[in-house]
Amino acid sequence: MLEHYLSLFIKSIFIENMALAFFLGMCTFLAVSKRVETAAGLGIAVVVVQTITLPVNNLIYNHVLREGALAWAGLPNLDLSFLGLITYIGVIAAIVQILEMGLDKYVPALYNSLGIFLPLITVNCAILGGSLFMIERDYTFPESVVFGLGSGIGFALAVIGLAGIREKMKYSDVPQGLRGLGITFITAGLMAIAFMAFSGIQL
Amino acid sequence: MNKLKKVFWEPVFNNNPIIGQILGICSALAVTSKLETSMVMSLAVIFVIAFSNLSISLIRKHIPGSIRILIEMTIIASLVIIADQLIKAFAYDVSKQLSVYVGLIITNCILMGRAEAFALKEPPLKSFLDGIGNGIGYSLVLLIVGFTRELLGSGKVLGYSILRLETEGGWYVPNGLFLLAPSAFVLIGVLIWLLRTWKPKPVQED
Repeated sequence: MLEHYLSLFIKSIFIENMALAFFLGMCTFLAVSKRVETAAGLGIAVVVVQTITLPVNNLIYNHVLREGALAWAGLPNLDLSFLGLITYIGVIAAIVQILEMGLDKYVPALYNSLGIFLPLITVNCAILGGSLFMIERDYTFPESVVFGLGSGIGFALAVIGLAGIREKMKYSDVPQGLRGLGITFITAGLMAIAFMAFSGIQL
Repeated sequence: MNKLKKVFWEPVFNNNPIIGQILGICSALAVTSKLETSMVMSLAVIFVIAFSNLSISLIRKHIPGSIRILIEMTIIASLVIIADQLIKAFAYDVSKQLSVYVGLIITNCILMGRAEAFALKEPPLKSFLDGIGNGIGYSLVLLIVGFTRELLGSGKVLGYSILRLETEGGWYVPNGLFLLAPSAFVLIGVLIWLLRTWKPKPVQED
């Protein structure tokens, strides 16, 4: 049993990396990877939000939206799954907002270091994508906790790695038209090729 | 009239959302391994962005500033649900291949970006055209990348053989790397390179 969760954890970090295998959260991935410190801040924020929103969305899906899930309320034939998208994005926005207020009040140091990244996370597709993958693959509640943590860490790892490479790239001589985002894309492509090496792992 | 034309064409070439403003990249990379999925995705995005711009612009004077993001999100999410249901109804196979990426149009930054930067300030007709223009600019990149990846990756376009494969007695040895994730990054990087060389603009240093 533990083995199952462990392999799901490793799989969600390396083999099915949110950023490099599924291209989720690309906008923030490219925009916030100029310096390692800011990238680390974003990475932590994503891990926290992902680990909270995925289980919450999992509970909502299984107990409210799913076909027949409202049987406890006397409505066994109701299928609300078409409301999924709007519910998940609402839940994510609300949790980000609550987290922001809570951190501001109780952990101001962390709040200041996360800064603008928290509100940005609402529109980070890695978070919404995580919830959608969780629904598509029909994860149970404990699986969704593990998947949330793992995919968050995977995204953080990728963004910090890219930031490290981009910091070093300042010293290299890049062709004129390719400077800035062009070369960043190609670097990300090479990183994705490197991460593909993990796909050979059998778990 | 000329102004409207400019609103429409500007985002297609000069200020392309993907390679100019670097918005909405997730889906551009993920759905482009085949031309067919790219086309369906493009249509869905054009539909959602045009109507979200239109409806946000129609009620722009009634939206309180403090909760505007929430309202924009709700409008966009409702439109995406409609697009998702339509694709499921009329192109079920493609909807299976697109998997979660149709839903992810909600978090596509082009939509929020245009709503914030354009639709909240401009009249409905202009916003509608701006939406379609941006949608087409997005589609253009998607179609170029989708076409290249399908052609070089499997020697086909829309499922028809163009380059005859070696296994079928032809000459072309397919480059499987083009069907995998990393090639999309590199292709878009090269597209940005071409665009910047064609239309140089001050490059931001990083």
